[in-house]
Amino acid sequence: MESARSRIWQHTVRAVDRLWMTPVHIVELVGDHLTLLGRAAFWLFKRPFRTRVYLEAMEFIGVESVGIVAMIGAFVGMVFALQLTSALRQFGTESYVGATLGIALTRELAPVFTSIVVAARAGAGMATELGSMRITEQIDALSTMAVSPVQYLVTPRVVAGILMVPLLCMLFNCVGLCGGYGVAVYLQNVDRGVFVENARAVVEYREILQGLIKATIFGGALTLISCQQGYNASGGAKGVGIGTTRAVVGSFVTILVLDYFLTDVILFLQRK
Amino acid sequence: MSDDAEKSQQFQIRIRDLHKSFGEHHVLRGIDLDIERGKINIVIGGSGQGKSVLMKHLMGLLKPDQGHIYVDGEDIVSLGEYELNPIRRKFGMLFQYAALFDSLTVEENVGFPLFEHTRKHSAEVRTEVKKRLDALGLAGTEKKYPAELSGGMRKRVGLARALILKPEILLYDEPTTGLDPVATKNVDDMIRDISKETGVTSVVISHDMASTFRIADRISMLYEGKIVVSGSPDEVLRSSHEMVRMFIEMSGAIRIQDGSVAPPVAPS
Repeated sequence: MESARSRIWQHTVRAVDRLWMTPVHIVELVGDHLTLLGRAAFWLFKRPFRTRVYLEAMEFIGVESVGIVAMIGAFVGMVFALQLTSALRQFGTESYVGATLGIALTRELAPVFTSIVVAARAGAGMATELGSMRITEQIDALSTMAVSPVQYLVTPRVVAGILMVPLLCMLFNCVGLCGGYGVAVYLQNVDRGVFVENARAVVEYREILQGLIKATIFGGALTLISCQQGYNASGGAKGVGIGTTRAVVGSFVTILVLDYFLTDVILFLQRK
Repeated sequence: MSDDAEKSQQFQIRIRDLHKSFGEHHVLRGIDLDIERGKINIVIGGSGQGKSVLMKHLMGLLKPDQGHIYVDGEDIVSLGEYELNPIRRKFGMLFQYAALFDSLTVEENVGFPLFEHTRKHSAEVRTEVKKRLDALGLAGTEKKYPAELSGGMRKRVGLARALILKPEILLYDEPTTGLDPVATKNVDDMIRDISKETGVTSVVISHDMASTFRIADRISMLYEGKIVVSGSPDEVLRSSHEMVRMFIEMSGAIRIQDGSVAPPVAPS
């Protein structure tokens, strides 16, 4: 009886402990990321400026993502146009397909999908690369050669993410709208002029800008998370695997959570 | 010359009361260690005694919880990453598994410090790298990737990279671990030759007693987070510390004659 009670007590204590540890853990995690961001920013302004390393990072994150972003953009635009026409036709309002698709793409779909594609492709790649560099002491080797690993590995990648993800987002916008136009006009017989006119009337610069601001922030966040997970990997091949998983999952969650709050802030500011 | 200045003339690195813990694990418990300028200094100790941790402190890769590390009289413990870089330029380090950049060729690996820290053109770098590789018996490997090399070759490439900026201090992390006896002797000879030719201060972390007595000018033994004995090979052989005696006898590197120990036959 006594031992059963003490066991229940122990379980309770452990459960409370675990509950308490979750917020502590989250605060720690955010702190670690912000520290790395601070260090990356510090080294951004220090010599030497390695143009080649920046260009390589931009190629890896940006150029090499063009194909997959374009393909996903086209299909997202197409399926969205298909769904919208079928839904709006019930009310006889399929003339709004262009406008609705334009708003949805530029404000939400393009930045979120682009960032998720880049996180899955480039983010996972970066976390694995930095993680294996960490466990094989290549990151320490950089330090011993008086080269800051943060300056050499992290700063260029975060900058490349901030610059390239909005560009990819713009590509997503274009391809998505074209795909949607093709499906709506050629397959669903929506009037071409109405589609374009309605889209042009509703999608303004600020819609596109809203998406690009989000894409910029997501680009920075996903590269920072991926670098942080790789840079601090430990425990051999398994550790690198865990780091990569965390990088991808962490990026997805962060992008979607940030998206809500960013939208809230941006809409509030635009209403003013 | 004051006593302190004289000492920092003789000892390039001086460590005082160094402590480091990882969580509950108190690894370094007050290390006092002097590294003699221009000599081969070997730190021996069993696995898990904190040898690598100590080595990482020397270059500021880890920050101690307490204590001081003086390099040429300057305390590096309080320095930030940015201020550490000029100090790190004095060092070259050979990692246990070489830590070559696997996305770069041998040539790019060895030339990396030159590209980073000098304004040399790629043709000059290539010539210098080739010279260095030839000297270490690595001719013809320039365009290969680290994955295509054997463990011993990778170590030599790592050494070429560590030497290319002509460091004042060279750190070796377990240089002979995982090598066969012939390769081990080659590495020993290499360490001794480099020390003689360049006058570099060498710090070697090792648990290989045979190698240690073959090349060391000064031996320090790390045990339970402290340096328990430090001195010339003769002084260490004469030490009465229990762990030191056990290490020497167990290693089989030293022949025991009439209850007294003698160093192994010196190789030619």
